[in-house]
This record gives sequence, structure tokens and C-alpha cells, in this order.
Amino acid sequence: MGIRFVLLVNKQGQTRLAQYYAEHLTLDERRALEGEIVRKCLARTDQQCSFVEHRNYKIVYRRYASLFFLVGVDNDENELAILEFIHLFVETMDRHFGNVCELDIMFHLEKAHFMLEEMVMNGCIVETSKSNILMPIQLMDKAS
Amino acid sequence: MKKAGVFIAFLAVASSVALAVASLDPCASSSSSKVVQLSLSLPPGLGSSREGDVRLGSRKGVEDKFAPRFDGLRFIEMLVTVSSSCRPLVRKKAALCLLRLYRKNPDVVNIDGWSDRMSQLLDERDLGVLTSVMSLFVAIVSNNVEAYWNCLPKCVKILERLGRNQDVPQEYTYHGIPSPWIQVKTMRALQYFPTIEDPNTRRALFEVLQRILMGTDVVKNVNKNNAVHAILFEALALENMTRMLLVSDVQDIIKSHQAQIIISLKDPDISIRRRALDLLYGMCDVTNAKDIVEELLQYLNTADFAMREELALKAAILAEKFAPDLSWYVDVILQLIDKAGDFVSDDIWYRVVQFVTNNEDLQPYAAAKAREYLEKPALHETMVKVSAYLLGEYSHLLARRTGCTLKEIFIIINEKLPTVTTSTVAILLSTYAKILMHNHPPDPELQEQIWSIFRKYESCIDVEIQQRAVEYIALCNKGAALVDVLAEMPKFPERQSALLKKAEVAEVDTAEQSAIRIRSQQQTSNALVVTDQRPTEGSLPVSQLGLVRMPSEASTQDQTSFQDEGMTKENGVITEVVPQDVPPADLLGDLLGSLAINGSPATAVPVEQRNQNLLSVVEATPEAAGPFTLTIVDNQPNSIQPIVNIAERFNELCLKDSGVLYEDPHIQVQCPLEFVNLRASRDVAVLDFSYKFGTAMVNVKLRLPAVINKFLQPISVTAEEFFDQWKSLSGPPLKLQEVLRGVKPLSLPEIANLFTSLHLAVNPGIDTNPNNLIACTTFYSESTRATLCLIRVETDPSDRTQLRITIASGDPTLTLKERIKEYLVNIPTQTPSAVVAPLQPQSPVTPVAYNDPGAMLAGLL
Repeated sequence: MGIRFVLLVNKQGQTRLAQYYAEHLTLDERRALEGEIVRKCLARTDQQCSFVEHRNYKIVYRRYASLFFLVGVDNDENELAILEFIHLFVETMDRHFGNVCELDIMFHLEKAHFMLEEMVMNGCIVETSKSNILMPIQLMDKAS
Repeated sequence: MKKAGVFIAFLAVASSVALAVASLDPCASSSSSKVVQLSLSLPPGLGSSREGDVRLGSRKGVEDKFAPRFDGLRFIEMLVTVSSSCRPLVRKKAALCLLRLYRKNPDVVNIDGWSDRMSQLLDERDLGVLTSVMSLFVAIVSNNVEAYWNCLPKCVKILERLGRNQDVPQEYTYHGIPSPWIQVKTMRALQYFPTIEDPNTRRALFEVLQRILMGTDVVKNVNKNNAVHAILFEALALENMTRMLLVSDVQDIIKSHQAQIIISLKDPDISIRRRALDLLYGMCDVTNAKDIVEELLQYLNTADFAMREELALKAAILAEKFAPDLSWYVDVILQLIDKAGDFVSDDIWYRVVQFVTNNEDLQPYAAAKAREYLEKPALHETMVKVSAYLLGEYSHLLARRTGCTLKEIFIIINEKLPTVTTSTVAILLSTYAKILMHNHPPDPELQEQIWSIFRKYESCIDVEIQQRAVEYIALCNKGAALVDVLAEMPKFPERQSALLKKAEVAEVDTAEQSAIRIRSQQQTSNALVVTDQRPTEGSLPVSQLGLVRMPSEASTQDQTSFQDEGMTKENGVITEVVPQDVPPADLLGDLLGSLAINGSPATAVPVEQRNQNLLSVVEATPEAAGPFTLTIVDNQPNSIQPIVNIAERFNELCLKDSGVLYEDPHIQVQCPLEFVNLRASRDVAVLDFSYKFGTAMVNVKLRLPAVINKFLQPISVTAEEFFDQWKSLSGPPLKLQEVLRGVKPLSLPEIANLFTSLHLAVNPGIDTNPNNLIACTTFYSESTRATLCLIRVETDPSDRTQLRITIASGDPTLTLKERIKEYLVNIPTQTPSAVVAPLQPQSPVTPVAYNDPGAMLAGLL
């Protein structure tokens, strides 16, 4: 329901983070899918809409510097809400890493996953408060 | 570190699912909330399949195991409801876990029981939990609205609370807007409810909506902007829905923008085009259907490939739903096929054919159109199929128009023959046959041409084509039968359009049906009414095709059924019960039931009288139906005698329990027969079944498969018993030995299988020689007591074509040896795994294979 997958892809087309919900795809299929979608989004200009229809679902994307955040959602999902959700995700990461950049995500991939998992569960947005999301992660950091 | 350990443990456990499910139970009782949280993360977390196939399988397994686990479920329910004891984190996950289970198996959640709990949950203060509860709520409500009315005011209250920014912790405020996501979800949930009755609630809701609608301005901050507009659009959707219910003006408003929408159909951005297409599809109704469909067809020429299939399908559906008249519909579909042939699925042209068949006035028009299209040089294959079919069925209606004589039509179609694939060739062959049928007065040249084509395809590699060619040639030689077999198709019964089904294909395991789709399904449409007339020649095609398939049937049967034709219409009241016409007892004489088993293993052998003609006869002409006789004919009348009351049996055969004669020509009557073996013999009972229809006498002799091995009961004996018996029986006639030559080489296991199927129990341990086989059985009969029979087969591994068989039994007249010999020696002519031996022309009493009624009759007649 809602969100089907979340992808973070850089301008060269390398996937930095991929999280799938409810989609049963093999590894090859995923790579193919990612390639397809990324090509579509990279080819778009800034003026064009951030919502793209692809097969039987929609892709909501946003570009932050060199990184594209792509979220695949069902057709009846509210796109603007998802767009803002992407921004919320970025803000959360920003608060945690302090001025987050692509390298941060690469080096602390597990933290990015933790954050995403706190926010989205089984395709539904479950938590939108930054402090609640970051709390367990901060605890982990403190304990280690 | 501990938490990290927990996380890693989560991943580790999640990868071995069985462990996970097992660990859930102990977790249920533990009070440590961390462990509880872990256990709850599993099902939702497992939803994200990380490793593809392996996890797929295991994931499904979890769901299945989890759903019936009632205690786990109750635990979750309890958690979700009890607000004080558990941490919000746990409750969030519990709600989502429940959601997932609900998605998988809607029966898991007892809908009515949950409405109180739901409303309690919606009172939740913590917004995180509220977010997940909202998701759960939306899912449940999408399926079942009525039970959740009491939750409706709660939703409105939530919206109010968020709208006024009351009681919302700072962290949930996103750029000044309190949790936009919850607002969006709530409104989505509200969409599922039809108009709100309660005026207070309604007012509150409208107030909220108004504030949203008015208060949303374009703000510098992009994010805030987006969030605000997200809520706005959701509200708009809601409002539109409300409006649509109260007032039907919306449709008109939308229509006025129709021109605009059509322009946007050509917009360079694909998303806009898609949207425009959806919108056009949604707003189509009788008045504007024509324009819209024509517009779509135009667009089809220029559309990119991705959209064409969808376009084609939607155009077809719209045309069907809203066609002002049928000929226009046929036009549209043919155009569609012409332009976008690759994307038109078979369903679409089947539908056209259905319509044409059901509407007689449409037929000449459709045929003419089809012929027009055929003249084009480059024609899509589907078009060829449709045209060929239509012309085949209805070209005779065009006979008088210029350029449409049968010959010309044939020539035109024939031109396309080399260019099409095998499936189309099959259809073309049928068309040719139909053309031939309509060929009156017969044009020998045309006939010759068509026959030569059939002959050419008689040896085609494709089975379907070959069969058709052969059958059509045979049919042509039958003369009159051709007309009836290839008569016009009867009208189709009304069926839901396969197209609509296709278009509404929903995906498994994803979002709830959107409220919009539900509404559109509820809207009535002016669907073309498919006339539903029961075919007038209802039973005929069936029985005649049945005839055609049994080529060996005698010609008398044919005639009877044609008389059927004339008389089927009459279905009068049966004035007298037929048995009263039955002649005196001596003719009826020996009836059913000759051989039956004495004692425990009773073999009731059901004999199906698979003679359809019989029953249709019975039904059709009660007055003319003559006397029935059922006799047993046999070489040695002594051994076979009826043991059942004949008249009773006969009644059973022909009448239903209520005493009324069977009227339905299609039912088969099963008449179980019991057989008792009176004496061991190799004779076979023959059932003589005859009846008189009008003046024609029909007689059918059916050999009954009550052969000697049916009266054997396999039995195992110990070695001592065996050798005792074996030694006690010495020499002929009790113990017979013979060397069989010319046997097909069979391995011992195969022989063992054969014996088992003949009811001879193979006893493995008795004979130590590995090349030998021992089998024992008991024979039951009326005249003798149970007789034990022992069989030893000695095979020679070096030469499998011969073996020595020794049979010992207490009864000298038991001809078991002959029987088994038959099987072993007959085996060369068929595969060893078959049980029943095939017909051997030399031995007249050899039993017949009963697999095929045609062969059965052929064997007898």
C-alpha cells in the first residue's frame, strides 16, 4: 500500500540506497527497474513535473544536488504528500549527520536504512516526528 | 551496542523464518518490550523482501503460518487497544502488523467487533501511533464502510484538531503545518463514507474543508507550499466526491471542458496525456461518447506505443458501453483493429462477433464492412480473422449485392491465405466450409477449389488445421449433414464483458480500492443490451455433433436422430407410462444382472447407457415411442440368468423417482448392475438393449465387462501355507503348467504390476529365486466355495520372450490359466502398462476394451 520502493540514485546512475516494500522482484529485475526509472528521471529538466507515471505506478522524485530521491507509489497516493515526505527524510538525515551529503549516506548506509525504516513500515508512513525517528539511532550511537 | 545487537539479531532471525515464527510465541508472554517490539517488527519488516526469491517463498510461509495463529493475533489486538501499558513504538508496529495481516487475509479481522476498538484507537493522542492507526483504518474502511460509522466523527475531530493546530507537539509540525500526512490520510478515509447524515459532523467537516480551501496560499517556502497543497488536493478530491453525490452538475461542468481536455491529450508531457485519457474515460457518457471515441481513434494514429494498448482497450470499452447504435459500434471496432491491430486483444473481436451474432439486422452491415476491409492491401491478421469469420457466417446475406457473390468473397479471402499464421488458417478453413455450404446452386468450380484447399491441408503438420480439413472433407461428403452442422451460430447468452474485467484488473496485495474506483463501479452505464434468446435449436447441435464424432455408427442411428429433429419440438404430456406398452415377459426375458459376487467382495458394476439418442427419443415423442426390450443374449444361456425384476429395472431406467419420465434430453441415466458369478466360465454376458422408435427398431448389444478376474480377491499367504497347498495339488487338471512363448519381454516388476491390476496378490518372499514370481488369489462364485489359486511365473532372464507359468487351484474348471495367458501373450500388441487386452479377431469370446463407446459399437455391429 502506498509506497512501493525508495531509491537514492546519484547523477551517474549509481544506486546509493534501495528499499523495496511489497514488490517481489529478483535482483536482476530490480537492477533493470532501477536503470529504467533513473534514465527517465535523469533525462527530465527542472521545469518538468516531479511526478512520473511508470507502468502501473507513479514515481515521485526530487533532486538534491547530485542525488536523486525516487519514491515509487501506488496510483492513488497523494503525490505532494510523498514529495514532502522525501523532504522530511532529507531533513531528518540532515539533522542527524549535520549538512548531509552523498558521502555521508555512503559511509553510514546502515544509519540511513535505520532512519528510513523508522519512517516507513510496510509501505505506510508511520512516523513523521524527527525526534522520534532519530531517538533510537542516537541511543545506538551513545551506547557504542 | 545492545540496540545494535538487537537490530542485527532482527536481521539474522528474519532470515530464518521458521525460527521467527517459533520465537513469536515465547515473545508473546515476555514482558520485555524490546523483545516484543522485535517480534512485531518481523511481519511488517518481512514485507520488504530483500533477497528476492528465497525470501519470497519464506515470506509467504510466514503469512500462512501467522494468520491462523490466533494467540499471536489476539496479542496484537490487545496491544493495540491497551493504551497505557505499552510504549507507543510497540503499538505503532502492532497496528501495522495487523494491517499487513488484514491485507493478506481479510477474514483475520472480525469487522464488526473492531469498530469500538477502532474508535478508541482514533482517540489516540500520540500522533505517531495515530499515523499508523490511520493507515489501518483506511484499509479496513475501504472494504467495509457500514460498520465504522461511529468512527466518522472521530475522523472529523482529528482533522479539526490538526487544522487548528491544537495539541500538536512541535516535532510533528512540518514547516508550520501540523502533520500533513495524517491530514491527508484522514481525508482519504473520509472519502469512503457517503454523505454524512449528522448535521453537526457535517458542519464541522465543511468548516475544516473551507479553511483548507481558503487558507491555502502560495507561499515562498516551497516545502510548505507543497505540503499545504497536498492537503488541498486531497480536500478537493473529497469535496468533489461529496458534490457528485448531492448534485450531478459536476458532470456538466467537466463536459464543458471537454475540448480543453482533448487538447491536453496531445500534450508533450506523457503524464498529462495519461491523465487526460483517464479523465475522458471517466467522464464519457451517452452524449459525448461518439466524439470522444472518435477522438481517441484519431489519437491512436499518433500515440506512442506504450499508450496504444491502453487506448485501444479503453476505446473498445467506451464504444461498447455508450454506443448510440450498433453499426457505429461495429465500425469503431473494425477501425480500431485496422489501426492498432497489434494491440487489440482477441477479447475485443470476440465481443464484436457476439454482438453481430445477436443482432440480425447488424449482420449484413457487418459482413459488408468486413468485405470492404478485406480489399485493403496490407491487412492486419486480426482483421483477417474477424472478416473471415463474419463473411463465413453471413456472406449469404450479401449474395445479391455487386461484387459479393460467394465466389468473389472466396477469392478475396483466399488471397490472404498465404500471409496468415496457423491460428488464422484454422478460422479460414471454417469459413471456406461455410461458404461451400451456402453454395446453392452448386458451383462446381468453387467446390473444386475449396476441396483442393482442404485436401492440401489434410496433411498439414498443425493438428488443428489437419483435423478441420479432414472433418470438412468428410462432412462435404455427407451432404445434408453439412447444413446442419455449419448452421448459423445461435445467439450468445449475455455475459459480462471480458473487456471490462480486463480493464479492472486489480493487483494483489496492494492498495485498497480507491474510493473513486468504487464510485465509478456503482455508476450505471447504458450498456448495449445483448439479447438473450435461448437458441431455438438447442439440443440439436449437440446431438448431431455427437453423431459426427462417431464415424463407425450405423446409418440407422443417423436416421433416427433426424426424425428426432422433426419431433423434438413436441414436448407433450406423457399420457401413458411407457412400460405398459412393453410386450409380455418372455420377450423381455433375461434382463440385467447375471453375474454377481457372493460374499464379501461385492462388485457392483455400473453400466452407463451412454446412448443419448435413447433419452431424447424418450422425451420427444411419448406417443410414438415404441416398446423397449432389454435382453441378455449369450452363447450359453445356462450360465447367465437375470436375478432382478425386469420391470422394476426398466422403470428405474426410464423414470425419475417421482414417476415422471425423464424429459431432459441431455441427462445420462446410470443404471447400476450387480453381477453374481454363478460358475467359472469364460463366457461374457451381453446386454441386448433394443427399443423401437416410431417404426424403426434399434438394437444395441453391449458386452458387459464382467470377466473372471473381477471375481478374484487378492490374498497373501505365508510360505508354509503356500508350499502346503502347492504340494497337495499335483498334476492336471488342478495344477497346470505351460510354457509361453512369444511374450513381450517384461521385467518382473512389470509383471507384478500387471498381476496386481488383475487382482492377483503378488507375494514376494516365498520363492527365493529372483526370477520367479508368486501370486495368490481367491476366486468367489455361487456354485463353488471360495477357491484359492496359486500362480507361479518363472522367467528366464536370458530370454524374456518366454516364461513358464504354473497355476494350481482347487477347482478344475477354473480357467484362470487361460485368462492370464491371454494377458501375457496379448501384451505384445500393446504397452505393458495397460490392463485390458485389446480385441483379438481370432477369439470370439475375448473381452472388449470398454474405453470408447465407438469402438464398442464397432466391435459389435
